[in-house]
Amino acid sequence: MMLGNCATSSSLSTTSDEDIVNNNLTALVVDDSPMIRKLHDMHLKKFGLKVQVAENGKNAIDLFRCGASFNLILMDKEMPIMDGAEATRELRTMGVTSMIVGVTSLDSIFDRQAFMEAGLDHCFTKPLTTENINFLLQELNKNNEEN
Amino acid sequence: MRRQLAIMRQSLFDQGYLDEQFIELEELQDDANPNFVEEVVTLYFRDSARLILNIQQALERKPFDFNKLDGYMHQFKGSSSSIGANKVKAESTLFREYCRSANAEGCLRAFQQLKKEYATLRKKLEAYFQLARQTGPLETASRPK
Repeated sequence: MMLGNCATSSSLSTTSDEDIVNNNLTALVVDDSPMIRKLHDMHLKKFGLKVQVAENGKNAIDLFRCGASFNLILMDKEMPIMDGAEATRELRTMGVTSMIVGVTSLDSIFDRQAFMEAGLDHCFTKPLTTENINFLLQELNKNNEEN
Repeated sequence: MRRQLAIMRQSLFDQGYLDEQFIELEELQDDANPNFVEEVVTLYFRDSARLILNIQQALERKPFDFNKLDGYMHQFKGSSSSIGANKVKAESTLFREYCRSANAEGCLRAFQQLKKEYATLRKKLEAYFQLARQTGPLETASRPK
């Protein structure tokens, strides 16, 4: 597992226990939009996660095939080459147990449900908010304590 | 100049060009990444220019492929939401409604209005960031009054 570095934040003057816990968490942002990759990368780093990015589902799969692992994957749905649903199904078939979170602008309940059924743990509307990330980190830390 | 920057920023919210999502961007900016907001906004205008061109080209083909148009606008709306481009997002929603009701005239009108709002936003944000670079960023991101 990749070790995380504590991201600096001008709003924090001391390191909390939460930062120490988040320091060991890694994330992969999978999105074809450079803007979204940058946004989510920064957002997660603010919470102390170590982050990598991938431009599409195939790149994400290749990272895992090369031996990378991540606690959290933020997966866009609509991407060229391999979309988020296909990538999620493939990762689960490969035995990947990371938390996979769909981050999509899909507004049809049917489409979101289909995306969830590909193997997501959660699905949020783009862009992720601070509240969303807080929730995900709580879930991740809960899972880590249980294991 | 700082005051001028603050007034300019406030007016972007007061006039409805930006919403709370822009503040979320500002809250991510820090000393290690002092131009983060401008960098994200620059990427937005780069991405979205391509989408606008796609929509423009699709509107030149008759009959309209409303599904394709809706798809492009859906992407555009998503990007616009990510930077808090409030008015642009609203025009995107209207365009999509016209797509869903297969209203060609409505689509054309809404697209013209959207391009106007988009151009205005771009101009205002360029001016804002130019002043910000001269002034240095405002110390804290504050919620609009």
